[in-house]
Amino acid sequence: MNIAAAIDSVPLEALPSASEAGPAPKRIVVAYGFWIFLLSDIIMFAALFASYAVLVHSTAGGPTGTQLFNQRTVAIETACLLVSSYTCGLMSLAINSRNRPGMYLGALITFALGAAFLTLEIREFADMIVRGATPQRSAFLSAFFTLVGCHGLHVTLGLIWLVVMMVQVAVMGFVASVQHRLLCFSLFWHALDIVWVGVFTVVYLMGVSP
Amino acid sequence: MTDVRYEHAPGDIPSEEMQAWAPSRALIYTIGLLVALILTATSFWVANTSLLWPGGVGLGLAVLAIAQMGIHLVFFLHITTGPDSTNNVLALAFGLLIVFVVVAGTMWITADMNANMMMSSGEPMSMRMQR
Repeated sequence: MNIAAAIDSVPLEALPSASEAGPAPKRIVVAYGFWIFLLSDIIMFAALFASYAVLVHSTAGGPTGTQLFNQRTVAIETACLLVSSYTCGLMSLAINSRNRPGMYLGALITFALGAAFLTLEIREFADMIVRGATPQRSAFLSAFFTLVGCHGLHVTLGLIWLVVMMVQVAVMGFVASVQHRLLCFSLFWHALDIVWVGVFTVVYLMGVSP
Repeated sequence: MTDVRYEHAPGDIPSEEMQAWAPSRALIYTIGLLVALILTATSFWVANTSLLWPGGVGLGLAVLAIAQMGIHLVFFLHITTGPDSTNNVLALAFGLLIVFVVVAGTMWITADMNANMMMSSGEPMSMRMQR
């Protein structure tokens, strides 16, 4: 049996690999592009994490993290964001099966939990500012407000995006472009939760533990 | 040709036709939520307990956080090791490389500069550098 015969014996009905199948569908191209954006966003957060890690001990005689952070609030915030990520996943399942009431329910719970997270965070910031821990007090607080505030800003934008998407579904229905945007939204929301895992570990837990 | 195998978008749920044994989609999210909740609770316990050696708490928290990020990637973002997900994994790997360079590089360089600034003698930095 020579080599040519061995090549001929390769089954022809094997599925073409991804690179031979022609251009990918738009859903995959859109999601891949958004995935690259999310990775660049995570790199931006990496720079903020790095500056926080460098400046965490530069309190300039001001309050330290141990004095400022309340772990109970952080635990509730973490639970809110984690469960909202889960309901966002269930919402994308409802979208895939064209289940409109299920989608609205998932979106409502996701929005409510995200809003609860944001309320707790704003209350925490206001409490810190009342106690004199403003961003201009020390380099540590500047880095803290930049990092955690940037994540909070992303959550705010995500909530606005979710409302816009619900309006689009109500007006346009499940057309392809709306489905692509909903896929991007769920990617965004899950990525925010990944960033929050870093925030509560690096800022709150490592800052409080002795 | 109707049965073309396409790539797999990040966040897209893997199709059930390709894997008959695959668990239901809601179950994937539920498993992810439960594991993430367990890891989060462990993180908060590790940070507050006095049972563990204090020097190892930071490392333990880092390990738990990385594990939880992995759980989020697999169960929520559906980044798998399958051949249809290669592009997503490659982009992720490059992103992680840049994240590592930014964080570790910044901390290394600033710690090094900080150490160089703390000289016992009172002479200025420029004098020391010229020797």
